[in-house]
Amino acid sequence: MDRFIYLDNAATTRVKDEVYESMQPYFTEWYGNPSSIYRFAGESRKAIENARAVTADFLNAKPEEIYFTGGGSESDNWALKAAAFANRGKGKHIITSTIEHHAILHTCRYLEKLGFEITYVKVDENGVIKLDELKAAVRKDTILITIMFANNEIGTIQPIREIGELAHRNGILFHTDAVQAYGHERIDVEELHIDLLSASGHKMNGPKGVGILYIRNSVKIGSFIHGGAQERGRRAGTYNTPGIVGFGKATEIAKRELEKRRGCESGLRDYLIDRVLAEIPYTRLNGHRSRRLSNNANFSFRFIEGESLLILLDQKNIAASSGSACTSGSLDPSHVLLAIGLPHEIAHGSLRLTLSEETTKEELDYVVEELKKIVERLRSMSPLYEDFVKKA
Amino acid sequence: MSQIIEYSEKVMDHFHHPRNVGEIENASGVGTVGNARCGDIMRIYLDIDENRMIKDCRFKTFGCGAAVATSSMATELIKGKSVEEALKLTNKAVQEALGGLPAVKVHCSLLAEEAVHAALWDYAKKNNLQLEGLKPPVNDIEERDRSAEGSPETHSAEDTAETHSPEGAAETHSPEDTPETFYAKPGE
Repeated sequence: MDRFIYLDNAATTRVKDEVYESMQPYFTEWYGNPSSIYRFAGESRKAIENARAVTADFLNAKPEEIYFTGGGSESDNWALKAAAFANRGKGKHIITSTIEHHAILHTCRYLEKLGFEITYVKVDENGVIKLDELKAAVRKDTILITIMFANNEIGTIQPIREIGELAHRNGILFHTDAVQAYGHERIDVEELHIDLLSASGHKMNGPKGVGILYIRNSVKIGSFIHGGAQERGRRAGTYNTPGIVGFGKATEIAKRELEKRRGCESGLRDYLIDRVLAEIPYTRLNGHRSRRLSNNANFSFRFIEGESLLILLDQKNIAASSGSACTSGSLDPSHVLLAIGLPHEIAHGSLRLTLSEETTKEELDYVVEELKKIVERLRSMSPLYEDFVKKA
Repeated sequence: MSQIIEYSEKVMDHFHHPRNVGEIENASGVGTVGNARCGDIMRIYLDIDENRMIKDCRFKTFGCGAAVATSSMATELIKGKSVEEALKLTNKAVQEALGGLPAVKVHCSLLAEEAVHAALWDYAKKNNLQLEGLKPPVNDIEERDRSAEGSPETHSAEDTAETHSPEGAAETHSPEDTPETFYAKPGE
């Protein structure tokens, strides 16, 4: 058993060779500090501005609207805290959803402690935000709406354009955490009325530790990391040149191959979903059937628990993840699975499989066969299954 | 979203090769503890002879790697022992026999101890016995510290399912809703 099947691409992705190669000169050759004046540093500066231009192009933004950060969580923290502080005079109300990433939810909790009021809008059973509730949540003192582009666990893509329109009709800033969608979905910040957008390099075959915050020119928000004059004085800290170059290269590839990649992945994703639902009884798909990320499949297997499932898959060299409590370090299973209405015991039995453009049908066939055996085995030792069978 | 916890070799051995999995028909005592809300349910079956010796012992567990391993080890530790000896089983003994547990998994060993006690309680009740030191089982170990007064009834898994009150901000389905509306039927 030498094969290794990586189906946890929502957790992180492999850095593409082309990306890795693009980064290398900036470690050992062009290592100059881009902020320095001499010509030697100019090469690094040029590389950063090139990455910025490529990124802006992907989002239909202007280069000066792209700010490089240390990753998605930093971008989310910056957007929320700085937008809240800058607009404090106007109001103290922020709207978000119940299924956001913790980088958003925990930042919102922090802002609540500082006196801001947060409304957590619910989602339907497919994980789609309830637009009527969102509309009803808008107040005179609402200063920011932050809704994720696509969910990291169940893959559901939100009606971003409608949310953006609603925000702008009411003169409210709109931030979207696009960490899971950037590089995978087409994003046009103009068309979608986005004011602030967070993205991360390592979710789209770029390096870890680098991300962006898109800030629309007209948006006034302050700094988050104070210090030097980098990023027009808005984000201090010496440039992570190799990381930024890698981010730019990964964006360039993502743009070039977006349609092809989506086609391949969604075909395989649907094949996987259809097989699992047809061949493993008492299984459900979590998330919207079609309006979902092209590489995301999330299932709940009734009567079994996720961590056990992951350990047995790992033994078969399959890397996946789960929303069970045991894997989240708390007693409660994933807040996303609870938010779409799953009872606890079913949320505990969840499995997320996220594909890459390198995933093959043959790999998925192997996974489905192993999964069938593992689920059957765990059910055979589950008291919940025993009760279910005896009752039937 | 998730990370696999580091387990000892013993734990992994008992997880991958659990001892005494199964059911016993007309068991002398059956105990079910835990709740699906927290993701762990253990059921232990005992076959006890007229000399109060545990001839056979089986378990079924819904839960994580540690939940399976601790129930497996608990059955190993009480099999062939007298009822009185089995009563003395502690979660510490289970942990030690497994070469330790990660801190976040210690509750699994408490659950295993409680499952054994629940099965012994059921046995005592069926036979009208007073076993010294045997306390009414507490279905949910999270509650144990808070209430010394447990129900003498062993709870079925259905009882525990009733205790769910999902607190998420979103609306939730009751457990009864799930089978038909949430799942594909087998063989479709």
